[in-house]
Amino acid sequence: MKSQILEILQETRPESNFDESENFIEDGLLDSFDMVMLIDELEEKFGVSIDGEEIIASNFTSLDSIKNLVEISRRTS
Amino acid sequence: MRLQFQNRCITGLALVLPSHEQSFLDEMKNFDFPESRSLKLMKVMGYEKHRLVDSEVCSSDLVIHGLNYLFSSKKLKKDDIDALIVVTQTPDYVIPPTSSVIQGELSLKHDMICLDINQGCAGFIMGLIQAFSLLEQDEIKRVVVANVDVMSRKVNPRDRNSYPLIGDAASISVIERGGESKIWANIKMDGSRREALMVPAGGMRLPTSPETGVVEDVGDGNFRAKDNLRMDGSAVFNFVQTEIPPLIDDLMEFSGKTDADISAYAFHQPNKFMLEKLADKLGVAREKMPMDVVERFGNNSGVTIPTVLATNLSEQLLADQNLYCLAGFGVGLTWASMLLPLGPLEFCERINYP
Repeated sequence: MKSQILEILQETRPESNFDESENFIEDGLLDSFDMVMLIDELEEKFGVSIDGEEIIASNFTSLDSIKNLVEISRRTS
Repeated sequence: MRLQFQNRCITGLALVLPSHEQSFLDEMKNFDFPESRSLKLMKVMGYEKHRLVDSEVCSSDLVIHGLNYLFSSKKLKKDDIDALIVVTQTPDYVIPPTSSVIQGELSLKHDMICLDINQGCAGFIMGLIQAFSLLEQDEIKRVVVANVDVMSRKVNPRDRNSYPLIGDAASISVIERGGESKIWANIKMDGSRREALMVPAGGMRLPTSPETGVVEDVGDGNFRAKDNLRMDGSAVFNFVQTEIPPLIDDLMEFSGKTDADISAYAFHQPNKFMLEKLADKLGVAREKMPMDVVERFGNNSGVTIPTVLATNLSEQLLADQNLYCLAGFGVGLTWASMLLPLGPLEFCERINYP
């Protein structure tokens, strides 16, 4: 799943190097609009519905946090 | 805070929209982003067209245009207005109130109350609450609530966070005594989060100066000055998704009503994505919650709810009475909802300016 998420991230922000970042938000790789676009892609790719309350910066800081968000959404969808 | 009213009704509604329309596709070149990202954002957020005033048009101009139309078409008489409430974040002046400007320009009677309320996206409900309260007085028989903003004049065209979604508009609602059904409302405010939506300069804290007009690179490819609207998109998004579902749950519990009793949900229109998420969270069918105002006219702040009423729901509002759930949320931060029986209206008009 992580490689699929990375692929989506790179499509969203092709100029950013997600491999070298420890925190996508603090490093300025993702802004709030990127998060919105990312959610749309994640929902389509993984067939989940992400709860609006989960759309907070802390769920988008790393590949692991985004993967965790998708897994939680899978359980609740 | 829970509020309850009875013997109050909206008898007429007019929406004033600028004739000038801009499209997101034409504006994309202003933003420092790859075209593919802008197109993706367009799809998800529902950006398409928005109605904007010319640079010299003020809030009072839109309201005066709408009221003159209502006077000339004999839908409203000047002397019947006992109170004029103007809800705006873009007043003509710091002093005097825009309601006084409108009263003077239209030569309305002196025996009336003019009142400005500085509110944004919860401003329609705030205006109704104030109008309902004024109608406690025997001498006040008819209140006009004008919601109006020309926010495009405070947003930098190079700020992709705000400019593509902003629209300008005014609405005029006539409020009177009448109607036997109860009206339920609830409202909450949190000033500690006020900086999520603000124009930093222009008041006494930071007066407008040449420095506050300097456009700066604020990161993420966006540019704006301190004179411009600043919106913390992430904070606002989280605020809406966290606070609105419990607000609506509380309104339903308070009123004893259910989704089956509600004809439609006329919510503030921040963007399509946020409304889809809200509808899903509330378990409301997306068809019952119009969410295309940003796409057709832009997010016109406190006028979004009347825009939904006067465009998406106008036919049913003219035909018969139904129960509607309204919700507004934004600057302050303020969030409010109302269960309101509406219709049949005496008029429900859409007017172009000029």
